Amino acid sequence: MKSLHRLLAITKKEVRQLSRDRLTFGMIVGIPVMQMLLFGYAINTDVRNLRTAISDQADTHLSRQFIAELRETQVVDIVAYVTTPAELEEQLRMGEVSVGVAIPADFDRRVIDPERPAVHLLVDGSDPTISGVANQLRNMPIAFDTSAAMRRSNNIEVRPSYNPERRTPVNIIPGLMGVILTLTMMLFTAVAIVRERERGNLELLINTPVSSAELMIGKVLPYIVIGMIQLALILVVGDVLFQVPMRGSVLDLYLASGAFIAANLSLGLVISTVAKTQFQAMQMTFFVLMPSILLSGFVFPFDGMPKFAQYLGEMLPVTHYIRLTRGIMLRDAALIELYPELIALGVFTLLAMTGAALRFTKRLD
Amino acid sequence: MTSEYAIESRGLSKHFGDLKAVSELDLKVPRGQIYGFLGPNGSGKSTTIRMLCGLLTPTEGSATVLGTEIPGNARYLKPKIGYMTQKFSLFGDMTVFENLQFMAEIYSSPRASRTARIDELLEKYDLVDQRRQLAATMSGGQKQRLALACAVLHHPELLLLDEPTSAVDPQSRRDFWANLFRLAEGGTTILVSTHYMDEAERCHRLAILDHGVKVADGTPQQLQANTGMHIIEVLADDPYRAQEALDDGDEIASVTQLGMRLRVLIPVQIEDPLGKVKGLLNGHGVQAEVRTTTASLEDVFVAVTMGTEGHDA
Repeated sequence: MKSLHRLLAITKKEVRQLSRDRLTFGMIVGIPVMQMLLFGYAINTDVRNLRTAISDQADTHLSRQFIAELRETQVVDIVAYVTTPAELEEQLRMGEVSVGVAIPADFDRRVIDPERPAVHLLVDGSDPTISGVANQLRNMPIAFDTSAAMRRSNNIEVRPSYNPERRTPVNIIPGLMGVILTLTMMLFTAVAIVRERERGNLELLINTPVSSAELMIGKVLPYIVIGMIQLALILVVGDVLFQVPMRGSVLDLYLASGAFIAANLSLGLVISTVAKTQFQAMQMTFFVLMPSILLSGFVFPFDGMPKFAQYLGEMLPVTHYIRLTRGIMLRDAALIELYPELIALGVFTLLAMTGAALRFTKRLD
Repeated sequence: MTSEYAIESRGLSKHFGDLKAVSELDLKVPRGQIYGFLGPNGSGKSTTIRMLCGLLTPTEGSATVLGTEIPGNARYLKPKIGYMTQKFSLFGDMTVFENLQFMAEIYSSPRASRTARIDELLEKYDLVDQRRQLAATMSGGQKQRLALACAVLHHPELLLLDEPTSAVDPQSRRDFWANLFRLAEGGTTILVSTHYMDEAERCHRLAILDHGVKVADGTPQQLQANTGMHIIEVLADDPYRAQEALDDGDEIASVTQLGMRLRVLIPVQIEDPLGKVKGLLNGHGVQAEVRTTTASLEDVFVAVTMGTEGHDA
């Protein structure tokens, strides 16, 4: 009973201090909203309206029809007509356009000759996404009889099951939840404890009957609630601004998030036992945050990464959480079906907690 | 069974790498007394206090504090001791009342009498007007009174105070010591470290630490009576030249200037110290009044730390 009272005293103090710390309080709301607006509106892998220049040396009925169809795809935005392919290259080099379409003089004859390509696309390969999108243009049918060509090229049909409109925010937001919670949960816990060490509060506290466990759990409890509030905020903003679907159960999502928050808080505790100053704690948080953004499958598809990077990614809690959120929110998967990810989060929490408890002693040496 | 000593240490040592912060310290602190640690910065005062409350593990040696063995189960000790850190370590972003309330909860003080106890402390330590003030915005003296109020809130048997008056004005220091005497009369044992001579003089007993070694201990009166030195006061028109003259004397242990006066320490085995001093002064043609006097605590400090620092003369 006494132990519980001490734990609650720590929690109460923490909440009281938090409510007076306007900056941290602002960050609880500010970080998720800012990041969602930034990532939600800025990142778009479904690229349209690439600036394009065209050199039409054929100038036939068929070539003009082809240009019209090209424009209809909305993938390109034709901004310039030039005469020679050399001028296309120049435009590309100067960064005026991202795509150059060269239609040779013998375009009509090339169209009926399957051995020779009818059109050359010059693409700015310095941006992999653009060259990827320009590749889509290869599938465009070009023939005197367009409908016949259509039938032939549709051997394989791709059906994007869970995001038919291929809207990027639908993919980004569930991942972003993981990144935001990683940043805030880890940073808040680490800083909360290191700050007390810096200010000398800890020397006083460890001379009282408070045990290490009471101190750590008591300090961390408010942040679990804050994490849940942030999660609700993300879900509401995601729904209102980006129409991100919530196909699975909200309860499942909250359970998964609970496991993930626990993992991050324990990692924050580990950091707090290593860092001597708040600044160090911040540096260490970003040391974990960068791979969490890059190696978790948040921005780049996990399967496309080299094996070594995949192993690193598997060690990050956020990798497992993103699989959970995408599964629950987009694919209507039940939490129980995704149990390997839950186990991974549990193991991580257990290891980090053990590490933190071993390192945190009620002594100064 | 309670020992007559609140603290008994045996060969307590703490090394940080090559640095011997505290070496083989033997202490006996009687219950209900104010026991002082006198020493310059870096003499091992804080390290010793931290070992005694279990914050640091001794490299060697042990201590019995209120019947609890150190090193060992320091957690049984925590509810029985109050600790005041050198730096203000309460929560600056909480009010005086909230800080006291928090400490009361941490020490599981009985809920029914909690508010009454806090009010009593606010009254006793003159913090009634600061009740709703954030601790960070208070003056040095107010912070120190709050720290003391928090340290004694749970009626500890032993108070460990680490340089409690280093950041406050002389009037606050006087008031602070009045509070300490009141606590000692109530039966609390107080261990206080300081580098002020006037504070050391107020202690019932004290130990002088120098470079981690206890160089003397006893009551202030005992220490003053047993310096092993003749204390001679020289009143000269030109104290600088007088000091130069005395520096030539091989038998003079130390010369300290205090304004127009010089305090000269000469080991007791030297005979006719007064004549020796007069001789030296006359030899250099310095006019001065010379008389023997009793040792102050400062003289004691100079005398006992000479072995480790070499004499100044």
